[in-house]
Amino acid sequence: MTSHGETPSQTVGPYFTLRLTGEGQNILTTSDDRIVIEGTVYDGAGNHIEDALLEIWQAGTSGRYRHPDDTRDLPVEDGFIGFGRTASDFETGAYRFETLKPGPVPDPEGEDQAPHVSLIVQGRGMLNPVFTRIYFSDEPDKNANDLVLRRVPESRRHTLIARLQDGTKPPTYRFDVRMQGDDETVFFDF
Amino acid sequence: MTEPIVRHYGPKAYADHAPFSYPDYKSTVRRAPTQDLMTIVQTLSETTGPGPVWADVSEEDADLTTNAATGGSAIGERIIVTGKVLDEDGKGISGVLMEIWQPNACGRYAHWRETAFPAPLDPNFIGVGQCKTNENGEYRFITIKPGPYPWGNHPNAWRPAHIHFSLMGPSLGSRLVTQMYFQNDPLFFQDPIFNSVPEHSRHRLVASYDHGVTEENWALGWRWDIVLRGKAATPFEDGEDG
Repeated sequence: MTSHGETPSQTVGPYFTLRLTGEGQNILTTSDDRIVIEGTVYDGAGNHIEDALLEIWQAGTSGRYRHPDDTRDLPVEDGFIGFGRTASDFETGAYRFETLKPGPVPDPEGEDQAPHVSLIVQGRGMLNPVFTRIYFSDEPDKNANDLVLRRVPESRRHTLIARLQDGTKPPTYRFDVRMQGDDETVFFDF
Repeated sequence: MTEPIVRHYGPKAYADHAPFSYPDYKSTVRRAPTQDLMTIVQTLSETTGPGPVWADVSEEDADLTTNAATGGSAIGERIIVTGKVLDEDGKGISGVLMEIWQPNACGRYAHWRETAFPAPLDPNFIGVGQCKTNENGEYRFITIKPGPYPWGNHPNAWRPAHIHFSLMGPSLGSRLVTQMYFQNDPLFFQDPIFNSVPEHSRHRLVASYDHGVTEENWALGWRWDIVLRGKAATPFEDGEDG
């Protein structure tokens, strides 16, 4: 069989909002149990990135993905797809998702991973997407045992942990993305 | 309990893609990661993805010459853009949601940020479309050929004519956003976005004119296939849906 090479990635450019980020695509649920994940995307000069595309993918509260390969006999909330996308705000670089806190997803050794949301960031000036994970600050024990987080150097681990903001309702987690700098977000290859 | 299928994906072919930092394209300098990517094991979080479910929320919207829904037709060179979405084994992938956006025939995007280039808007062209691949992985758009347009990257910089494509593949790692160009565009030589891709794989971004696609007295035909990152070439058991 012929081997076919991957089509190379190209930047989304400054005009992707024409098609990719329709109204409400950052609201994954309106459940009373929803959480908020919000933050700002920064470049290496510390300036906010005004035209980033952020996409999240996650399991439901049982830990099951709505995907044909996740055949585990676990429920996924009605109407919950687990995918959302949005553009950072042109004036502030801020983004916001309303979603459910995901349940545990097994690692290859059969152990539960800590709850996490996958995040893809693209933008003008980004020739390839970057992939990271959003973990939660109120899960310290699970985070400490997580197969992926354990492998991240301790000095950089905080870049992957969304901070629960005191007294927020719905619970609101802050997760900034830094493309460069001392607190450059850890990006993954898999 | 039924076990999930962890279909391992082959490694991403980084050597076929642009580097993160490509200083000729100035905006990459402050937006490219400087630390090495950290390699992690593939779990369900990586081997699943929104493609199969997100595609279900799409409606057909594959004719950009009329989808402004004004009753009029877009002005410009009407073209058909067609091809297949394949995995790395050359097998068509069905049900892939493809979303596209582009400027009009004059090179003007119908976007509020585009204010610098004094080219006219076309009231009958919004420049966005979507479709899903059929059971053989084939897609087909009707649109108008986008015009080149200037940008501020370097003196007298012009983007070659291109259409932006966004594809949700079967897994998180097969997410692809790219740009399709047109064979023999005279502006390639000075475009750092096109040239950021290594020379050996650059041609994969270029559609070929195909007279077999051209329809008499109607539209010119262009063919472009897209290859998404595929499963590892190891003897995992095939699922029913491949």
